[in-house]
Amino acid sequence: MRWMLLKDLQILRRSKLLVGLLVVYPVAIALLIGFALSSGPEKPSLAFLNQIPGSQSTIRLGGEKFDVDVYTDQLFDAVDRIDVENREQALEKVRSGEALAALIIPPDFATKLSSGGFNAANVEVVYNGDALKQSFVESTVESKLALADAALARQISQVAAGYVKIITVGGEISALGQNFELLGLTRANKLLDEALEDAPPEIARKLAPVQRFASLGVANVGRFNDVLSTVERPVEVTETVLSGRRTPLDTFAVALAVAVSLMFVCVLLASGLLALEREENTFSRLARGLVPGGWLLAGKVVLAAACAFVVTLAMLLGISAFVPLDYGRAALWIVAIAASAIAFATLGVAIGSLAREVRAASLLALMLALPLAFLALVPSGGVSPLLYDVIRVISALFPFKPALDAINNAINGADANMLVALAHLAALTLAFGGAAYWGLRRFASG
Amino acid sequence: MSADAATAAPALAVRAISKCFEERQAVRDVSFDIERGELAAVIGPNGAGKTTLLSILAGIQQPDEGSAAQPDGTTARIGWVPQQTAVYGKLTVAQNLRLFAKLEKVPDADATVERMLEQTGLAERADDELGRLSGGNRQRVNIAVGLLADPPVLLLDEPSGALDPRQRERLWGFITALTERGTAVIFATHDIAEAERHAHRVLVLADGELLFNDTPAALKSAANAGPDDDLEQAFVGFLRERGH
Ligand SMILES: Nc1ncnc2c1ncn2[C@@H]1O[C@H](COP(=O)(O)OP(=O)(O)O)[C@@H](O)[C@H]1O
Ligand SMILES: [Mg+2]
Repeated sequence: MRWMLLKDLQILRRSKLLVGLLVVYPVAIALLIGFALSSGPEKPSLAFLNQIPGSQSTIRLGGEKFDVDVYTDQLFDAVDRIDVENREQALEKVRSGEALAALIIPPDFATKLSSGGFNAANVEVVYNGDALKQSFVESTVESKLALADAALARQISQVAAGYVKIITVGGEISALGQNFELLGLTRANKLLDEALEDAPPEIARKLAPVQRFASLGVANVGRFNDVLSTVERPVEVTETVLSGRRTPLDTFAVALAVAVSLMFVCVLLASGLLALEREENTFSRLARGLVPGGWLLAGKVVLAAACAFVVTLAMLLGISAFVPLDYGRAALWIVAIAASAIAFATLGVAIGSLAREVRAASLLALMLALPLAFLALVPSGGVSPLLYDVIRVISALFPFKPALDAINNAINGADANMLVALAHLAALTLAFGGAAYWGLRRFASG
Repeated sequence: MSADAATAAPALAVRAISKCFEERQAVRDVSFDIERGELAAVIGPNGAGKTTLLSILAGIQQPDEGSAAQPDGTTARIGWVPQQTAVYGKLTVAQNLRLFAKLEKVPDADATVERMLEQTGLAERADDELGRLSGGNRQRVNIAVGLLADPPVLLLDEPSGALDPRQRERLWGFITALTERGTAVIFATHDIAEAERHAHRVLVLADGELLFNDTPAALKSAANAGPDDDLEQAFVGFLRERGH
């Protein structure tokens, strides 16, 4: 087997185009995903519809004036603003791709906000259902909203804290255009204490609860401020997705990129290496007992899996330059990638055992691998329940789904059970190994 | 061959080999012996079953029935030169030879490779990638690989097809030298003249059936051809008489 491995390595070294493609392909995927996740377009354009009547663009909160434009301007320093007239125009801009998303501020925004902030005001964000774009706009809008919200919340709680202070220690408040002098709990408490010292016991007993209330109130004023400062998000965001499905582009995409490139490198390489033995007719020489069939298959699996393992791990490290990954889980990555690589490579030799030529094997491998990857990503609810069950069964018969589960689990600690995925991969490895062995005897020796 | 061959076991004893592909009977109940140092030609039209028979003898395919036995105690593998070149196009000549020498567990692989390069006249092309060689040179490497382990029985499937006349002459000189050293050689061909010129014995195969097993001269007389007649014509007549 050592000589066969050396031989295959020599052949790979001389097949620069093939190997180059096999390396460049996953690296390209890694870079694409990396860029998409980290940068996105420099300044995305955002359609903006402000439906607040001009007279209401300034909100009064307590004694403070608050300009909605100041709030929205916070958003627009990060995006190119396209002003539109109505909701239809906003949707059209998004649909045509001119704007990545639309931000719609409804007419009642100001009134809802000024009615205390607790009665959540609402803005609407319209996305196109494109995962990459959406994720970018989402993060931009959300982070800017969070900033604006924080400022707003601070303001609201300052106003409220002002009231609380006046209630506590007393002071002047204005209401209905007139100023009032307010006594304040502290002074009320003190007055009550003085009054009760001389009061007849009957009255003192009756007023005791009031006194207790006043002193408790004074003691607990600090808590009101705490509560107020936890009001962080007075503005709700309603999301509307125009088309497509909502895929948050997070580290799941990294697991997906790893699984896809692992599958392609393994399946193409293993099937190609095995088919090469028949294309060159050398299989007939080897089949004379020079290299037993099982060893021949094992050699191809080991080589393809090892190459794919190295390329994919390098790719994962490349991605980690863009997406923060938990290096503490690196041991799990290695286990998941190695097990997946072996399962994919075994599928590869099973395909290779059916083909007489490398090109036929590659075509067969691609034809099988691509739909498998798509099938494994069909979401539940995306198709009819019966079809979904069929898809689940088909996905379970091939290594892509369990490999994705295992890798996703290793990288993200996702909910799928890693041990189950690994056992699934091992079972498929055995099954496809058997199929490859049978295929070799059945088709190759003829 | 003669008296002592009757006592010594044949280099290869073929007994009642049959092989079917689905409906098609590719080899039917074929039996013959081949002695050490003997050079036998398997002749027959295309599709007669020559390749199937030889690949069963080589151990690449399993027969449905029958067996091919080397003398007791022989562990050496039967040498095999397939009809289509079976070497790696991306490896050099020397790398191909070395790989198969290692796989055949030849004792001193490097020395054997050197010797084989000399004998086949490929020493100068040793470091050329095989895929860049001419068809004739590729076939020389293909044959050389079959000879690496110095097998007691050597099977060649239409070995001279891709060779020019000079290379052919060289090949037959080489094979004759092998038989003189005791190697039993069976080659398949549909070139009757080549069989007549080089083979000690001809095995005529038609539709998987062994029709004749004797010397080229005996084939001529069996086909009622005069000594000066063309063997090819005699052979076609011979097959026609037997319904093929
Ligand atoms: N692997 C196979 N599967 C099916 N039929 C085969 C196979 N190999 C050979 N045959 C058939 O067996 C017959 C003998 O073929 P072969 O031994 O190649 O003939 P030859 O070498 O004499 O030209 C042919 O009819 C061929 O089609
Ligand atoms: Mg043939």
